[in-house]
Amino acid sequence: MDYVKKELKEKMPFEGFELAYETLAEAIDQAGEKREALFLTKLALLLAHEVGDIARFNEAVSEALEDIRL
Amino acid sequence: MRPSGRDTYDSLYFTYPHFEAPDVPEQKGSAIIHPVVIVGGGPIGMTAALTLAKYGVRSVLLEKKHTFNDGSRAICIARPSMHIFERIGAVAPFMKKALGWQFGRSYFQGEQIFRLEMPHPSSEKFLPMYNLQQQYIEQYLYDAIASQPLIDMRWQSEVSEIHNHADRMTVSISSPTGSYQIEARYVLAADGARSPMRSKLGLRLHGENYEGKYVIADIRMEHDFPTERRAFFESPGNPGGTVLIHKQPDNIWRIDYQLKDGESENEAMLEHNIRLRIQAILGDINHDGDWELEWWSVYSANTLCLEDYRHGRVIFIGDSAHIVPIFGVRGLNNGLADAHNIGWKLGLILNGNASEALLDSYSPERRGATLDVFLNAKKSTRFMTPPTRGWRLAREAALSLSLRHEFPRGLANPRQMQPYSYSSSPLTRFATRDTEFASGPVCGSAAANARLEDKNFLLDHCGDGFTALVFTSEKTSSILEDLLIDLKKLDHRFKAVFIDPHASEVAEIYAAGEGTFYLLRPDLHIAGRWKSFKTDEILESIKTCLGL
Repeated sequence: MDYVKKELKEKMPFEGFELAYETLAEAIDQAGEKREALFLTKLALLLAHEVGDIARFNEAVSEALEDIRL
Repeated sequence: MRPSGRDTYDSLYFTYPHFEAPDVPEQKGSAIIHPVVIVGGGPIGMTAALTLAKYGVRSVLLEKKHTFNDGSRAICIARPSMHIFERIGAVAPFMKKALGWQFGRSYFQGEQIFRLEMPHPSSEKFLPMYNLQQQYIEQYLYDAIASQPLIDMRWQSEVSEIHNHADRMTVSISSPTGSYQIEARYVLAADGARSPMRSKLGLRLHGENYEGKYVIADIRMEHDFPTERRAFFESPGNPGGTVLIHKQPDNIWRIDYQLKDGESENEAMLEHNIRLRIQAILGDINHDGDWELEWWSVYSANTLCLEDYRHGRVIFIGDSAHIVPIFGVRGLNNGLADAHNIGWKLGLILNGNASEALLDSYSPERRGATLDVFLNAKKSTRFMTPPTRGWRLAREAALSLSLRHEFPRGLANPRQMQPYSYSSSPLTRFATRDTEFASGPVCGSAAANARLEDKNFLLDHCGDGFTALVFTSEKTSSILEDLLIDLKKLDHRFKAVFIDPHASEVAEIYAAGEGTFYLLRPDLHIAGRWKSFKTDEILESIKTCLGL
């Protein structure tokens, strides 16, 4: 489990991560409000397939669920 | 704005002086042509006047109001600006009063997610940042002006018209003592964001407006927290908007808060609503004691500038030339750099030490600095005021992840100002010489400071003209001596500082060896550097910097 966190943190230099942040923000706008959930779900599935490791994907899912306040 | 019952200049902590309109020689028929007329007596206009005076150049400084700025507005003075104040002989009161700082914190839903630390090496004389209310900044600059006979400051004097002639400008002025005209060889427009000078010349700013609106408010309270920049995202006190808190002298605190999307600006600006909002925000910083409202205003982020900062004999400096978002604290600081840049150049030109061609470098250098700010500001502004739903969602996700992960935290970095480098300026002729150095300040950048063995700082030894840092341990060679004589002939203020290239901190910072030579401009930017000095290139560099 620790190695997963390490991977998530160190995989990308900050400049690259920042570009991903910007691309994502613009893509959400492009998808439009009604379709943004669909877009984001598709993106997550694509990235899951790309990562190719169900343990790492499950870990990322639980990390993303943290601090989601209702 | 002020709370009801208090007028514009009724401050809790600052006593506004009242300056009368002077009787002026032009009203008695004098028709002399002034070397420089400066329109706008704010911090930028005053700094320009003081810089010109440093070079022995007289100026007339026109201010339409009868006193200093009504509110605090700009409060962050960056290290390079402290160097400018020092070079124009005004830094002492700033050091006494201003609150220096180097740290900041960002919070998301009340939890700290980012720690800002601006570098402060022991080789630096000034801290990275100082907080001081704009009225004090103006007061201290004015005190320096009042004891400077070369500056003729005229309060309550407003420009009504300007006319361009081939060799001079005619400026029509109206004041309570009457209307008159003055003639000037150059006019500096330092008349602020709404610049009437800009409109009179039919010029427009170009760029982008951002949607998000911020209220900026000053309050007085006893509150125990160090001088740091605090940013709050999605705090309970201002849900849906960002909050910034800065400490200022005299127990004054700056609270900037973002208005929610679709919130009415007119409603938000009502005193009652300002008080409610601030009270809620103070809950976020656990302040439950009394506080008093001093002043407030509203602000939206823009990245706008003129296409050329020079228009014939009129040169734009400060907000009249560029409007930048507040988050990078570059408004005042960039304006001061404009004033100092044009100040030394016009100073040398009007003294006959440089040719008018030198003026051509002003706009590329200072507009370049503005565009560099825009690049950084775009990122920080999109984070501080996300422009669309996509940016808002991405920010919320990044902030939420920041609670447990390090990797997104850098997005909350306010990207405080980095000094701009003039490496692609027309005055920087031999930037390729940088390849000879493994490190050290590059051509065009601001000279690095260093502590000397006598405990003084390197930059304290620089003159008002060009300065050479000559790294040599040997008796100077005749070639070097000839070079220094030639430099002195070209610039009578020229000064050489000799530094031992062995085992000195300066040599390390400058990556210098025997024979290394740095040529510094009057604003302490590096005109050129040579690992081993090259007479012809050094002379060519200084000539370019003199417009020759």
